[in-house]
Amino acid sequence: MYTSLAQIRTDLESGEINLPKLVNNYLETIQEKQHLNAFLEVYEIEAKERAAIIEKKIEAGVAGKLAGMVIGLKDNIVYKGHKVSASSKILAGFESLYSATIVERLLAEDAIIIGRLNCDEFAMGASNENSAFGPVKNALDESRVSGGSSGGAAVSVQAGMCLLSLGSDTGGSIRQPASFCGLYGFKPTYGYVSRYGLIAYASSFDIIGPIAHNIEDLKLVMETIAGSDENDATSVQQAIPSFLQLPKETESKRKFAYIKETLETEGVEPAVKAETEKFLKELISKGHQVDAISFDLLSVMVPVYYTLTTAEASSNLARFAGMHYGFRSQNAVDLESTIKKSRSEGFGPEVKRRIMLGTFVLSSGYYDAYYSKAQKVRRLVKNKTEEIFKNYDFIISPTSPTTAFKIGEKSDNPLAMYLADIFTVHANIAGIPAISIPNGHDTNGLPIGLQIMAPLGKDAALLNLISTL
Amino acid sequence: MDINNETIDKLADLAKLEFNDQEKENLKKDLSRILSYIETLNQVDTEGVEPLIFMNESVNVLREDLPGQTIPKADALKNAPSKDSDYFKVPKFIEK
Repeated sequence: MYTSLAQIRTDLESGEINLPKLVNNYLETIQEKQHLNAFLEVYEIEAKERAAIIEKKIEAGVAGKLAGMVIGLKDNIVYKGHKVSASSKILAGFESLYSATIVERLLAEDAIIIGRLNCDEFAMGASNENSAFGPVKNALDESRVSGGSSGGAAVSVQAGMCLLSLGSDTGGSIRQPASFCGLYGFKPTYGYVSRYGLIAYASSFDIIGPIAHNIEDLKLVMETIAGSDENDATSVQQAIPSFLQLPKETESKRKFAYIKETLETEGVEPAVKAETEKFLKELISKGHQVDAISFDLLSVMVPVYYTLTTAEASSNLARFAGMHYGFRSQNAVDLESTIKKSRSEGFGPEVKRRIMLGTFVLSSGYYDAYYSKAQKVRRLVKNKTEEIFKNYDFIISPTSPTTAFKIGEKSDNPLAMYLADIFTVHANIAGIPAISIPNGHDTNGLPIGLQIMAPLGKDAALLNLISTL
Repeated sequence: MDINNETIDKLADLAKLEFNDQEKENLKKDLSRILSYIETLNQVDTEGVEPLIFMNESVNVLREDLPGQTIPKADALKNAPSKDSDYFKVPKFIEK
């Protein structure tokens, strides 16, 4: 199993493998591991055709910088002429009329897109159990969840069904499954990657990012997809630093802070705590500064997140009404009941729960007490985070309080599931970049993830840090 | 926050959703529990704090207003559950 584009490139150059063979190998693995439920659709014929074309470009020496990279797309990133469903029945049969900006950019650099990947419905979940097409199984222990919402994106890479995948992260949906699957998952600064063609969940939180086996592949893909996009007015307007150039500064000693509450929070598994502490000790032994700090807003992070994201979701998902596209109920008698029944039969329980919650916090009489209040606390979180970054380069915490839990273990208690996001939502609330990297295993051999957050716009610096650790 | 049947019905109507009795019971329980948790926000002093609404610092990202067609009509109708050659079709809603 290849775990880096560099390995693939070496073998392509030596003639050990060619691109059509490589694609066939991935297709065979996808077939063998179908029961993991990572892919919703495989673009077999098309991937083979593109492999033949790009193989010729490689021979001619004119191939793009992602030639040899076979990737999967989370099922909420649109690709012209291809079905996309956000793992929801409400988009049954829907075929996209255009491609997401990131898809255009990946294809322009000769990446091969091999299929679309299962996720929680409309990216709402932390275990991939909210998909209309069933949970994704963790390849390390098939009785356990993949994490979510980008569960298929993580397991497809973990199990060697593609080299890298693109997911989306609204509150941890790239980092947490990457953590559960022993991979690297990167959530860029808000606006650093265009959201054009990403099916919206919560527009002021959503961002697209990659999941991979190693940091160099993440950098290469970020170099390809990041930057301004005229189709997304919230995308970054100025030029951003290259992900491929190493910084000129020779400063090798860094200042790390860790929020001590993240290790003291109830529910943090002992192995997660121990491995995080071990990582911090190693940083100290390498001469870095590591300080414990306090962040008194940690306990209100999840409430801010669920207030604001459900509000935004209730608005974003209003477009699914059985009118212009997607599922239309056959049980309706008039216009009103067509809308209500199409939505009620098309959406799954968690999506409906969040729409209801979002409708509540936005409703007359409650708007100020809930929605507006959460927006104010969001500003406080952002300001306090910026305060920390005046004195520190990076903030460290576990990615998730636990390793991959059992399928079904938390599915009857939405609140317990929401707490799986407790450390990851911070970066989306503040808009800052954050990465999850593999950091040891628990006693069951399940991977533990470590999260590192960086200041706004320090995406390249964060990825470079991981390269040098 | 205690959520009653009346609130559920009102929210469901605003959100254009329908629920059976069992679903309503579950929603009451879930929403009450989640809202009680969300109410911990009240412990934070936000006196004088402005709500954070936009995540970017840039305001008014402008572009030339050039006419053009992004999606041809045939394409726009392609995914419609019901249509004719020119229009989306919806159930009749004007009473005679």
